[in-house]
This record gives sequence, C-alpha cells and structure tokens, in this order.
Amino acid sequence: MIAIVDYGVGNLFSLKSSFAMIGAEAKVSADAAEIAGADKIILPGVGAFEDAARKLRNSGLADAVVGAARAGTPLLGICLGMQLLFEKSFEFGEHEGLGLLRGKVVPMRGVIPDDLKVPQIGWNALHIRAKHPLLKNTREGNHVYFVHSYYAADCDDSLLATTEYGAELTAAVAKDNVMGCQFHPEKSGEVGLDILRAFCEL
Amino acid sequence: MITKRIIPCLDVKDGRVVKGVNFLGLNDVSDPVELASYYSRAGADELVFYDITASAEGRRLFTDILTRTASTIFIPLTVGGGINTLDDFDRVLKCGADKVSVNSGAIRNPKLIDEAAKRYGSQCVVLSADVKRVNGEYRVFAKGGREDTGMEALGWIAQGVDRGAGEIVLNSIDTDGVKQGFDLEMLDAVCELVDVPVIASGGAGCMEDFVTLFRSIPKVDAGLAASIFHFGEVSIAELKTMLAKNGINVRRETHV
Repeated sequence: MIAIVDYGVGNLFSLKSSFAMIGAEAKVSADAAEIAGADKIILPGVGAFEDAARKLRNSGLADAVVGAARAGTPLLGICLGMQLLFEKSFEFGEHEGLGLLRGKVVPMRGVIPDDLKVPQIGWNALHIRAKHPLLKNTREGNHVYFVHSYYAADCDDSLLATTEYGAELTAAVAKDNVMGCQFHPEKSGEVGLDILRAFCEL
Repeated sequence: MITKRIIPCLDVKDGRVVKGVNFLGLNDVSDPVELASYYSRAGADELVFYDITASAEGRRLFTDILTRTASTIFIPLTVGGGINTLDDFDRVLKCGADKVSVNSGAIRNPKLIDEAAKRYGSQCVVLSADVKRVNGEYRVFAKGGREDTGMEALGWIAQGVDRGAGEIVLNSIDTDGVKQGFDLEMLDAVCELVDVPVIASGGAGCMEDFVTLFRSIPKVDAGLAASIFHFGEVSIAELKTMLAKNGINVRRETHV
C-alpha cells in the first residue's frame, strides 16, 4: 500500500485518482503507524514551506516519514513535498526541512531574468541529468506541469533532472530511496502517470 | 523553456456541453467527460469548465461531472461560473479542480480574491474579466458580459492581482464570437500591466490567429477558445504542429 501523507496541506484528490488510474493501491493517511508501515510513501504539498513544515511536525507525521525513509521505504516528495526533503529553505526567512537530502530551497527570483514571471506556471521540458528507475519511462524533453516560485539548489548529489526557465532549475531528485519532483506528476498527463508507474514498480 | 498553453473551454449546462457539435470519433460530443478526455489526448494543456447552470440540480450534475473528469484526466482543470463564496471554491476544489476562476462574484465582493488567495494560494485563484471598449476606455462587464459595471478594466485587473489573483483570463467582448482574431491591443495593455500569466480569450477563428497572438504578444501565456475546438474547425494537435513550425514553443505529447 502506498500512503499519501495527509497533513492538511493541499488537495489530494488528483494524486489519489492518479494512483487509482494506474491500478495502484494508495491511501490518504494521517496515521503515523500506517505511514510508517506503508510499502511506499508520497509526501505532497502546496503553499508555504514554513507552514507546511510546521504542520508536518505538529501532526507527528514528520518522524514517521523520516523514520520510514531512513529504513529504506521508497519516498516521493511532490512540489512543496519535494522541497521539504531538503535541509533548509529560504522562503520568507530560514526554515528547517526534513534533511533527507543535501541542499537548500531558494527563490528563483534573482536567479532567472527579471522579465520571466514568478511563479513558473505551466508545462516545461525535462532535461535528464542522471539515470534512476524513477525516470525509466521518461524521455529527454518530455513536458511536465510546474507551479513554483522556489527551487532546490546545491543538490548535485541527488540531481536527476532539470528544467530551463531562464536558468537550469531542479526538476527531479533522488538519492537511493528518497525521491522528489518539483513538478506535479499527477497533473502532467501520460508523462506524469508514467513517472508514478515507475515509482510504483520500485 | 515554458510552453505556450492551448486551453479549450467547455461551457456546461445541466450536465451537458453547450455548443458541442459533430466530432470525429466521439459518440457523445455533449458529454463533458468524453469531450474533456478527447481534448486531453489531443494535447490540450489545460481545461476550463464553465458552469452556466442556474438550478441546484444543474449544479449537482456539474460537480458530478467535475469529479468524473478529474478522476480520469490528469492535466490542470480550471473551474468557473457561479463562484461567489469560499464555499464555492471549496466545493469545486474537493471535486478535483486545480484552479478556480472568479468573475461577477469578485466584482460584487472583491475581498473574495484576497480570502481565496490566502486560503488556497494565489496559484489557485484566476481572475476572469469580460472587457469591452466603451467611450474610449476599457470597461469591465459582469453577468456573462451582459452588464456594464462602469469600472475601468485595467484598474480592476491590477487590483485583482494586488489582491492575490495568480492568473488573468482576459475575454474581449469586442472580438468574442467575431472569429477575426484575438484582441491584440487589449491583451497588450493587460500584459504590460501585470506580471502574472495572462490567458487570451475571445476571437480565435482559425489556427493562424493563435500564431499571430503568440508572435505579436510574446508575454501572453495561453490561448483559450471554445467553439472552434468543439466544432472541429481547429484541431489541437494540428494547431500545435503549426505553432511549432512557426517557432512557438509548445508541448507536443499527444495520445490520440
């Protein structure tokens, strides 16, 4: 069973539906024991880093997620859920992440040209930087759907794919069993479903 | 680089797509779920569902359709029509909408934009504006373009963005239905004004109109249309091929 961590951040309808679509058993869960015992874990998230990190800790689910990840359970963070996997974020201050991946989350404004809009909203191409089973069904140049204003930096040891938005921004990461997508695979058509299929087959 | 988006808009009344006509390979063109699925496979980058129902029964049918669509189609869905309160946001987001577009509801109560942006994030809040030239100025119209609010449009749109709208749909009443192309002058004025994505609506009559749109106004993010797609006058896959040939960056994954 795949546990989709429900810590009160964002809309889980599409994630749940996308797993149903590909025939995977997924359950939205706010139960620490259930998450700790899951075969795989999805950490979703939209909104502000500080608020999400606090909710994840206060719900007691951060420990369950980190514990399972350290024990080898495949974990996929999506969007803000991916950003939470890193050591820290500089979104409105400086905030601690889960520290499962090396790197930090920083604003794209200042890195990209001023005439580009922030957030980046829309479909952009993936540039694959490293081989990993998560992207086994994904081809160079496949388009996926992004909505974000911050991105993960200094994460060379986990970098899987980037996307070009005035600068090469981190699009996907993985270090052993800990994985993340800055984009929304559940909103990226067949390309996105293929990434979720690959995750299910790990 | 980020691609230009092509967005079909489905007007739904009492559970059926309005304006749906003959379509190759579709059994029921008026079935919103089937039409949405067809567009998704053809390469639509996003779908807009517009609820033009007035009755409670029609509204129930609409949320049912939305749920079925969001359970089977995995591209962004925007929902508009009859969004007047945060409860309306909640209702459609729970059915799988990703973004919610406000129009008359925000004109009546502009704070709706602030409250929705605060609760769901700006990326979720789309301000849709029906705009028409009156006495040499751009004027905002309400109630599906029937009522002149007397409000100057650029000021209203700027205010909407300040309040937290994360995207603008600009529908020119002057070009809507005329099929002579998008309202480039009006779109240019709005694109110069705001730094959130702007979606052009109203006036597309053929594929070349989209080429002209993205070439003339590089800042425009997306082109939206309804009848030309529903009537099969423009195929999304062919449109994207043409845009790509003209050097416009589009997403070309299709699954027809």
